[in-house]
Amino acid sequence: MKARLATLLIFVAASASPAWADARSDAKAQVDFGINVAQKGLWREAIYRWQKAIDIDPTYAAAFNDLAIGYEHEGQLQKARDMYEKALQLDPNNAQIKQNYELFKEINDRTSSGKDKQ
Amino acid sequence: MTAPARAKTSSRLALAACAALAAAMTIACGADFYEIPIETPIQPKLDVTAFQRVFVAGFVSGGTEDVDANQETVRLLRSQLRTKSQLKVIDADILPLIDVAQEQAKPAGDDAGPSAQSPMPLPARIKDEKDLEQYERLFANTAYWKKIGEEFESPLIVTGTVLFTPHSRAGMVTREQEVIDAYGRHRVVPIRTYMERKGFILVPKFVFIDGRSGSQMYSERHREEILYNAAQNTPALSSYFELMDRIVPDFLSALSSQKIRGTRVLLK
Repeated sequence: MKARLATLLIFVAASASPAWADARSDAKAQVDFGINVAQKGLWREAIYRWQKAIDIDPTYAAAFNDLAIGYEHEGQLQKARDMYEKALQLDPNNAQIKQNYELFKEINDRTSSGKDKQ
Repeated sequence: MTAPARAKTSSRLALAACAALAAAMTIACGADFYEIPIETPIQPKLDVTAFQRVFVAGFVSGGTEDVDANQETVRLLRSQLRTKSQLKVIDADILPLIDVAQEQAKPAGDDAGPSAQSPMPLPARIKDEKDLEQYERLFANTAYWKKIGEEFESPLIVTGTVLFTPHSRAGMVTREQEVIDAYGRHRVVPIRTYMERKGFILVPKFVFIDGRSGSQMYSERHREEILYNAAQNTPALSSYFELMDRIVPDFLSALSSQKIRGTRVLLK
């Protein structure tokens, strides 16, 4: 009896999905698809998917991080910066997002500032 | 089966179910991050679409006499522009800009007596950045640069200043040293030692001038330094090229679009 109860509790816990979890899983599907196509070099499609993911779940830090990378690859540096900053706002302790942002800033600072431009 | 034995079996079953669920979730989720190579396109800082030709005119240079920084910089930039930009590079004599600036600094006309307002005389030998600063007014002389532009059919003109000076520093530095421990194993440990080092500082300022009007379009200043162990005898020219290697990509990105390669981490 106890064993049945324990098993039942585990499955209930695993399958219980509040509304936010639904949104997150839909967004996650978009993120996964985006990663898949980005790995094949289809960056515009990837950007579209990651944008969709953040529309579905605006609290999904990983989607903002991936979108930032997509914009960076496309040379849209201001948008990339905005997305990295949003990702870090949502998940300030994520070392991988921090590392991506540092690398991005290194390129951006090297090419656009720090020089006495006229 | 006794009651305690049944309870043990049921708790084992629950644990097994948990483990199976965790395993299934891990398989379903897979890795949570992916490293991906990216190429960031960087737009040129300057719009040079109006130009078909570029003239690297020369530089006001100073510092060590071991390297002719004017000549070496002109040669290096011309060769880089030939291969990495769309502009046609004009091969012409390098302008003796120090002489030109000194000529321009002389008081105009014969009637200019001692009371006539004349600019401060320029230092004949450039030793530091302060000496170099006084030559800056040469780049603001639009009439001179317009004349040069007319001579070469209105190209984009690249000029500026280059200071290449020897430099030394002594102090505590951290370096890695290989040691053999009591078990005969090799290990690398960081140690702090006092070290005397010498090297060079390179400070170029690139000035981009519109050959049609003689006016300055853009300028950028860089500073790079390198230090070696004092016992190491590195020729000045090698150091010059080592430092210029770090600066040239930035110089080129002013004129032509560049792609910067890197890797980022995509997250799930």
